Amino acid sequence: MSEFELIRGYPKYMRESIELVEETRERRLKEEFRHLSLEEREELLKKYHPDHKEGTKRPLKIGPNKGMIAPHEVIDLLEAHPLIKPEQIDLSQVDYETDILIIGGGGAGMTAALWAVYSGVSPEDILIVTKLRLGDSNSVMSQGGVQAADRPPDSPTRHFLDVMGGGHFANDRQLARTLTMEAPYMMKWLEELGLMFDKDEEGNMIELWGGGTSCRRMHSCKDYTGMEIVRVLRDEIRNKGIKCVEFTSAVELITDDEGKVAGAVLLNMESEEYSIAKAKATILATGGFGRLHIQGFPTTNHYGATMDGVILAYHVGALLRDLDATQYHPTGAAYPEHIVGLLITEKVRGGGAQVVNKFGEQFVFPLEPRDVEAAAIIRECWDRNNGVETPTGMRGVWLDTPMIDLIRGEGAFKKMFPAIFRMFSRVGIDPTKDPVLVFPTLHYMNGGIVINERCETTVPGLFAAGETTGGVHGKNRLMGNSILDYLVFGRRAGINAAKYVKNVRIGKLTLDHVRRYERWLEEAGIETERRAPLILPDYRGKKVLMRRIDVL
Amino acid sequence: MSEVKGLEVVEKEKEAKMVRIYIMGKEYLVPAGLTIMKAMEYAGYRFIRGCGCRGGFCGACSTVYRFIDDYKLYTGLACQTKVEDGMYLTQLPFVPANKAIYDLDKIKPTPNILLRYYPELARCVSCNTCTKACPQDIEVMYAIQAAIRGDIEEVANLTFDCIQCGLCTIRCPAEIQHYHVFQLARRIYGKYIQPRAKHLEERIKEIESGKYDEEMEKLMKMSVEELKKLYENRGRIED
Repeated sequence: MSEFELIRGYPKYMRESIELVEETRERRLKEEFRHLSLEEREELLKKYHPDHKEGTKRPLKIGPNKGMIAPHEVIDLLEAHPLIKPEQIDLSQVDYETDILIIGGGGAGMTAALWAVYSGVSPEDILIVTKLRLGDSNSVMSQGGVQAADRPPDSPTRHFLDVMGGGHFANDRQLARTLTMEAPYMMKWLEELGLMFDKDEEGNMIELWGGGTSCRRMHSCKDYTGMEIVRVLRDEIRNKGIKCVEFTSAVELITDDEGKVAGAVLLNMESEEYSIAKAKATILATGGFGRLHIQGFPTTNHYGATMDGVILAYHVGALLRDLDATQYHPTGAAYPEHIVGLLITEKVRGGGAQVVNKFGEQFVFPLEPRDVEAAAIIRECWDRNNGVETPTGMRGVWLDTPMIDLIRGEGAFKKMFPAIFRMFSRVGIDPTKDPVLVFPTLHYMNGGIVINERCETTVPGLFAAGETTGGVHGKNRLMGNSILDYLVFGRRAGINAAKYVKNVRIGKLTLDHVRRYERWLEEAGIETERRAPLILPDYRGKKVLMRRIDVL
Repeated sequence: MSEVKGLEVVEKEKEAKMVRIYIMGKEYLVPAGLTIMKAMEYAGYRFIRGCGCRGGFCGACSTVYRFIDDYKLYTGLACQTKVEDGMYLTQLPFVPANKAIYDLDKIKPTPNILLRYYPELARCVSCNTCTKACPQDIEVMYAIQAAIRGDIEEVANLTFDCIQCGLCTIRCPAEIQHYHVFQLARRIYGKYIQPRAKHLEERIKEIESGKYDEEMEKLMKMSVEELKKLYENRGRIED
């Protein structure tokens, strides 16, 4: 038999390690690995979390956040020319005149649109623009669930403490308070919309553990939680008749002569024609930055996750925060090659599966906060050399998925994790019988645009919600708080934008901030051909790009 | 700490064995082991449509393909299906389908409700083409039959994993718009048939009565050191 021949999805040498995992499983079922203290966590993070790796960041040279440390990939886009030149754009011909412009069609954008309607704005006076389809977002990909402290013995204050501890106490407390206090309301709203939560026969929510939480409060819809929420929100957006233009990206914000944000320059991605959207209020709901592949990491994120909103906001002078902290999800797929980096939900660990090394031994409590868990896995693979190397040179540790059925009865895994079961079945692996190989993968932008609890940015007329913002999660978000974030703050963005548009008058439209940004670049001596926002990553083959000529 | 490997590994893989595929009839040599999506990019395509989450959750990358000398038409998601030698493929960037408009608050969960909004359901000829087309392996035809019978719960449960890619809808000889029917069924089930969580109501009442305000105020005013201490000692509430 050749070295590369696969036995039920794995080569022979990986099978040998799986046998060790099987041997220890019975014993491990009764074992609980010790939790780390705050001090031990910090030490582990400093040594092994990618955020602390030298040479991966630099300070920003321009704008109101001058001196802010962030990954090179982020600074590169902030220290880049805007995509448009003001003289190219005719602001006198307005194509869309609207009360509220929402940039981004994921969870935050859709939630904001619906709550603006509930607050009295007519659906015709709202415009959602999205560079992909409505709903295409990281929101649709979230699997494991959403946190809400919605029954005893849990409480919103306990949830608040978990959020603060997970975020290394760097969170904006006001935002963390809002997040946790309003969580039960959002569960109620989703229930009203007809969301199919995992419930018991009496209707009680089935709630599981999440990393860094001190009580079971993870609500889910199997492992399609995000998809179920997004498709319901999208359905409701269409029922309400809210206008949405797809495959149209915002390439620059527009302000009026008083400096208030007053809409955006849009680009039809297919015809490449620009158009002008004039709006009384603009909400950024553009998500995170996984597709920047910070430090070369693979990502769980969707195709459009290029932090466009952060770039647009900075062009008009909005403050940013916490962009030095990047979240790597502990358990991305590490094998086989073509699914590397895809998410394996934390709910698998919440349901009882352990993380073990090549000898089948635990090395970390499976539900530490994400940054701590990820650092422990990196240490196990690359420092202690206890990882399993894949045929393409990656390393990973085992997520012992067969434990789920042992703990919860046969058939439990398939019922709780149809998406994960499907993903591995497609590559010939049965996760109910064999463990799956995992390694941290780029997952979430912890920081972003500064907002207050009304979702106002530091620039008038500009609101923001969801992953594009910072402060809610401090330096590290806990599982189940991203869906909650876009629900709670998407709602608040919609409500507060609706209030704001009642009394605002928009003056003359300008793109002066673009000229100012060019000046900042020049004054800082930044000479570059880089342009931002990125809008979409480019994955074309190297050979093709090298030989490409632009003649058509 | 050694180098963490990510994307460069993918590059290494690309030196591996090549396979011949035909993108909309045009021949390309691409590395074996890539998904259809990555193979198209390798060949020089830059997606605007036909690419969404890249992880099997959004239904943006429906693809149909045949092999040379095989009459069968296969379907799959470009981000989840590996290229194979001799694959003739094209993507389906958009599915024209009409969604019924409704006010869920005013809908009654009666057995005929799905037929009322989507009367073309009755045209189902039970050919099972929808089921064969489904990349999620959902029993689509059974769900349609359940919809005709008015068994909303059955429809909701059978179709829970639907990613709304539209492959069933584009293949259906009866012109049924399956995924919209299923969406309505699931929302009716979630709102009217699945029992409500009573603890939610109770918790909301507690929050509104101000039960947590005092404690929250204290937490807001504490020093970070005090918060840390509280956090370390908060304990885990085991069952």
